[in-house]
Amino acid sequence: MHVHRYERFWMWGAAAIIVLFISTMGIGLVGQGLHPPSHVETIDPRTVWTDARFAERGVVANADGSVTVTAIALLFAYQPAEIRVPAGRRVTFRLTSADVVHGFQIVGTNANTMVVPGYVSQFTTVFSQPGEYLIVCNEYCGLGHHAMMGKLIVEVAP
Amino acid sequence: MKAARRLATAHIGVAVGAFGIAAGMAVMQALSRANLDLPWRTAKMYYLSVTAHGVLMALVFTTFFIMGLGIALTTSALNRPLRLLGLGWTSFAVAVTGTAAAAWAILWGHATVLYTFYPPLQAHPAFYIGLTLVVIGSWLWSAAIIATYRSWRREHPDAPAPLAVHGMLATITVWLIATVGIAAEMLLLLIPWSLGLTSTVDPLLARMLFWYFGHPLVYFWLLPAYVVWYAVLPRAAGGKLFSDSLGRMVFALFIVLSTPVGFHHQFMDPGISAGWKAFHAFNTFWILFPSFVTAFTIVASLEVAGRSRGATGLFNWIAKLPWDDPLVASVLLSMLLFAVGGFGGAINASFGMNSMVHNTAWIQGHFHLTVGSAVALTFMGTAYWLVPKLVGRELELTLLAKVQPYLWFLGMVLFSFANHVTGLQGMPRRVFDPVYLGAVAAEQWRGLTAVSALGGLLLFASAAFFLLVMLGTVVAGRRTDAITIEFAEPLEGPPTARTVFDRFGMWIAVALVLVVLAYAVPLAQHLQMERFGSTGFKPF
Repeated sequence: MHVHRYERFWMWGAAAIIVLFISTMGIGLVGQGLHPPSHVETIDPRTVWTDARFAERGVVANADGSVTVTAIALLFAYQPAEIRVPAGRRVTFRLTSADVVHGFQIVGTNANTMVVPGYVSQFTTVFSQPGEYLIVCNEYCGLGHHAMMGKLIVEVAP
Repeated sequence: MKAARRLATAHIGVAVGAFGIAAGMAVMQALSRANLDLPWRTAKMYYLSVTAHGVLMALVFTTFFIMGLGIALTTSALNRPLRLLGLGWTSFAVAVTGTAAAAWAILWGHATVLYTFYPPLQAHPAFYIGLTLVVIGSWLWSAAIIATYRSWRREHPDAPAPLAVHGMLATITVWLIATVGIAAEMLLLLIPWSLGLTSTVDPLLARMLFWYFGHPLVYFWLLPAYVVWYAVLPRAAGGKLFSDSLGRMVFALFIVLSTPVGFHHQFMDPGISAGWKAFHAFNTFWILFPSFVTAFTIVASLEVAGRSRGATGLFNWIAKLPWDDPLVASVLLSMLLFAVGGFGGAINASFGMNSMVHNTAWIQGHFHLTVGSAVALTFMGTAYWLVPKLVGRELELTLLAKVQPYLWFLGMVLFSFANHVTGLQGMPRRVFDPVYLGAVAAEQWRGLTAVSALGGLLLFASAAFFLLVMLGTVVAGRRTDAITIEFAEPLEGPPTARTVFDRFGMWIAVALVLVVLAYAVPLAQHLQMERFGSTGFKPF
């Protein structure tokens, strides 16, 4: 098969770029533990309000200084709707849905997850900037989708 | 041949009709996002129209156009009538019936579930059954194309298929592998559930099956556009195809690389392990390779065209290209937009950056450059070239056809730029009204949603031009005998022997191995977990 010399160069270059992209992610993955967000845990969506893991919702401070936020997404709100966390501390969010698929996105940060009924979403992040953040649902969930919002208040840590 | 032309025309007619309705809905959505208070603007209307726009554009317009194009190109390139013509018409009837059922469910408000229809949002059974019929119709169409190819092959056992047919067969292969996922989702989960035969459905399993289908779906859209770029464009631009053999390689690679990547749409989902998400992410990057090769081959072919039109300098072959030819201009502009869209795709596939843009307006900005430009604009340009040959009439309103691609380009630049930026600023996609009770974060999106709306108006004007040209051509175009569909010749002369890239059986085998590697374990793990189903919800 005849391939023009320039095109050969181009193909090697393209392959090199792809290897570079993959290596960038691979180094982050192996070296710094930057893996895709993931958490595997199931829950019965019909009993989330009474399930021991979600019966108490809100912010709980842990012994090591980190905090855990537990919340339920529902048509068309988050419960609780307002969350207060300390700046500069590790914050672990635990979320599930009482009905359909929702999103949970803290605008201006990379905190972003799907909330799928039957499953628990969990991720950990740190907010360095104190202030008020908008939480929006970013997965269509019905006619009130655009009204589904919450508030995150990041306070200067005591 | 005449019979095949009629069947192709029928398909493209449905495609153009669906495109027209969907374009009308799109402009209303763009205006709604800019928070302009139009008299009939309601949330119900908005989400209904987003559903209709997605289904009509992404599923109906594309599928019918590809079926029509496939029939026209295959029968012309092989110079023989369509085998199983009756099956071809049956496939058309099945797909039209399915489209009508789904359209009824959507427009009557029984299926406002968007074109991704994630359960436990539950639509009317007619929606799921209708879309399934469209897929079944496409399977019957695939059988007719494959049968036509096989009858040609029996007479030419040692010759490679013409490149256009090679590309169409690759398209069909990708589609047949992909639609296994949607068929499983529809037949095993959603249809019995919507009929009340089962009470619950596992939303995550449905998402996994949907995205097993959903990513190769984009190559089902893209490969026919590549067929036009490789097999038609060089001739229309006045040149030759720079490399036939690399074109074959590109199509073969898409068969292999299209499917084992679906989890990159689910980076933010719970319930799938990080390792499998990373595996799919790494696989995704290799799909850039055939498109990089395509960029070189097509640009080189255009240089050949420019030089054969008298260009001599390093770059003035670009100016010598026929920028006033509707097909050439459409493809050139769609390629420019696709280059940006491709790099955006690499960003989306990088799971770290994905968390900044997942489900934001960035995503709609992205896919309007890819399917909305690389594919849709190429198809419109193709229609200007193909429809006159199918109906035996000259293109009418040619001035509108010459202006239309530029208007689309300009509208898409504004629309897409605005949505990429507001997405980075956190504006979610698919919201009726992005005001959020006057939240500060939402304030900063305002000016840009107006830019997006302006882009939407230009796109709508462009779509209207396209529809007028199509209507004018079919109704009032001057009769012509110039109806031969001609293909680009390779620079090195027509290929004489079959190569490794013509061995479909081998590439399909490799593709299936990759599918098993990417999906068997995570799917098995998933099915073994203790899972809880969801009952249906209809909050619309």
